[in-house]
Amino acid sequence: MRTDWPPIVKDPREWTVAPNLVSYDAARAAFSWEAARAELDGLPGGALNIAHEAVGRHARGPLRDRTAILWLGKSGERREISYHELDDLSSRFANVLAGLGVERGERVFALAGRIPELYAAALGTLKYGAVFCPMFSAFGPEPIRQRLGIGDGRVLVTTGTLYERKVAGIRDSLPGLRHVLTVNGEGVDSPAGTLDFGQAMAAAPAGFETAHTRPEDMALLHFTSGTTGKPKGAVHVHEAVVAHHITGKLALDFHDGDVFWCTADPGWVTGTSYGIISPLTNGITMVVDEAEFDADRWYGIIQRERVTVWYTAPTAVRMLMKVGDEAVRDYDLSSVRFMSSVGEPLNPEAVDWGRRVLRLAIHDNWWQTETGGIMLANFRSMDIRPGSMGKPLPGVDAAIVARDPGAGVVEVTDADVEGELALRPGWPSMFRAYLGEDERYRKCFAGGWYLTGDLARRDAAGYYWFVGRGDDVIKSAGHLVGPFEVESSLMEHPAVAEAGVIGKPDPVAGEVVKAFVSLKSGFEATEPLRKELLGFARQRLGPAVAPREIDFLDTLPRTRSGKIMRRLLKARELGLPEGDTSTLETT
Amino acid sequence: MNQEALRTAILDSLREIAPQADYGRLGDADDIRDSLDLDSMDILNFVIALHARTGIDVPERDYSKLGTMAKALAYLSAPAGGSG
Repeated sequence: MRTDWPPIVKDPREWTVAPNLVSYDAARAAFSWEAARAELDGLPGGALNIAHEAVGRHARGPLRDRTAILWLGKSGERREISYHELDDLSSRFANVLAGLGVERGERVFALAGRIPELYAAALGTLKYGAVFCPMFSAFGPEPIRQRLGIGDGRVLVTTGTLYERKVAGIRDSLPGLRHVLTVNGEGVDSPAGTLDFGQAMAAAPAGFETAHTRPEDMALLHFTSGTTGKPKGAVHVHEAVVAHHITGKLALDFHDGDVFWCTADPGWVTGTSYGIISPLTNGITMVVDEAEFDADRWYGIIQRERVTVWYTAPTAVRMLMKVGDEAVRDYDLSSVRFMSSVGEPLNPEAVDWGRRVLRLAIHDNWWQTETGGIMLANFRSMDIRPGSMGKPLPGVDAAIVARDPGAGVVEVTDADVEGELALRPGWPSMFRAYLGEDERYRKCFAGGWYLTGDLARRDAAGYYWFVGRGDDVIKSAGHLVGPFEVESSLMEHPAVAEAGVIGKPDPVAGEVVKAFVSLKSGFEATEPLRKELLGFARQRLGPAVAPREIDFLDTLPRTRSGKIMRRLLKARELGLPEGDTSTLETT
Repeated sequence: MNQEALRTAILDSLREIAPQADYGRLGDADDIRDSLDLDSMDILNFVIALHARTGIDVPERDYSKLGTMAKALAYLSAPAGGSG
């Protein structure tokens, strides 16, 4: 990647609204998490609850009638939900949970598109003191079953359609899942074995006193994927709201009166931290678009709703680029004061396109499921070095480290040296556990650092640059896919002897999932079988996880200990030198 | 290309992306994405597959005009619908 693109230089004379963070160094020096915490209300006795900070306190204050959610339906519906109304809806949902006998700390899962009910359920769950766990609606039955199982989901909120398609068939294998609430269309009955969400809400009492959760009580459970093994449930606590709140202000430059649009789905951590919590704690209006990506629709929303802060993903930016420059000229995007992106590194070409065509500087930032909130960012007041993910947030200490064979780590202080990106533990939204997997959690820390698994370097000016993943996890359209999950599903097919899964570079999605399989004797590598395997994997995994390509190989390369050498598969796919395979073979 | 040939080309292209989906359930007015559980990358690949079969070029900006079978047939058979 070229790293010598000219920087985008910021000119304070162009600021009609001053940034919240004017001077990076001064803001870092002055920052304390205690002061950030003081911007929140808290509850009596040192209690802290995300739902109170997000809606409860605003519903009883001057923002009571301000629009919290501006919801745009697929078919052109437009609904404004005020802070007061959103608080009422979340209270009702908390009462639904009470009526079902759900206990505090139990997990309430969601599997739905971006419908208003999802937001009431998320906030109501937190208000009740239960734990909210969102899932992406493009997951197939297998990822859903695994997550509900590992997270011991007690309640699932979904739609009747998604339930019938993806959950009904696995329900028997989830004895802990006691209640399913389904959102159904007008006059459509809820599927057998589920309760109708609307009826349950209508029957529930209004008004609920927010649970006095402790700051360290579990609030959110977000699943992510590793190289091996099952998905990991990253546990976040109510204290995380301190980081959600202040990073919205500093990294996304939230100001009073902003109309903010985070295009991420709440099925992923971005869509929860910044698609629900942060804009609400900051008391601004957030746009929620139910529909999927469509360039004209997106530009139209920005123009019509006068969006001022826009947070999207590199994949979406590249899709806008593909649609072309002409579409942009039909719209007025001048309301946008700040544009940001997250998910995978934003390539400098895209930054340059944003500047030339959108006439917006795109500020890339970096964080991950485990960090709960933005950790590195290109700030509004800071010059952008295209291709860089910026500098650590005030209150966040980052470093480049090298893993030491003696199980320790050594900090790399020289500029421009590649190593692993590490963070000093202690920020409020740091994950507190992988649910039920202490050993995997402990392995993320060494020498007083949290090791992110991402390789990066820092330049002499302190900007961080993403280099790649340190493991075999695939990053597709900003979402992590664990190769092991995909391989395991393929192995369930009677024809498959072995499977190896890699991320194949893709100009739009960053990487796409590609599988290599070898067949058992008696099966022939034919086109119909290839399609059958594609369909087989999609049926189980859903489009977000399933491979888009499958190649047949006679045998897969393995290490002497029997592990499939995904890196070698990837090197071959890319036509790269295969490296020193002798060392790989002995690992 | 007549309507039936177009319909076949659309279905065959979709089957390349999502071979397992229940095509018997896909009504002409149903949202293709929702019914077949497709994401944005799938739509991109669908248009590429459709182009390979029919030679019709669908500009990215018009992808939303292929939202249902009825819409896709109307768009692809209109004189302005692509260059094929």
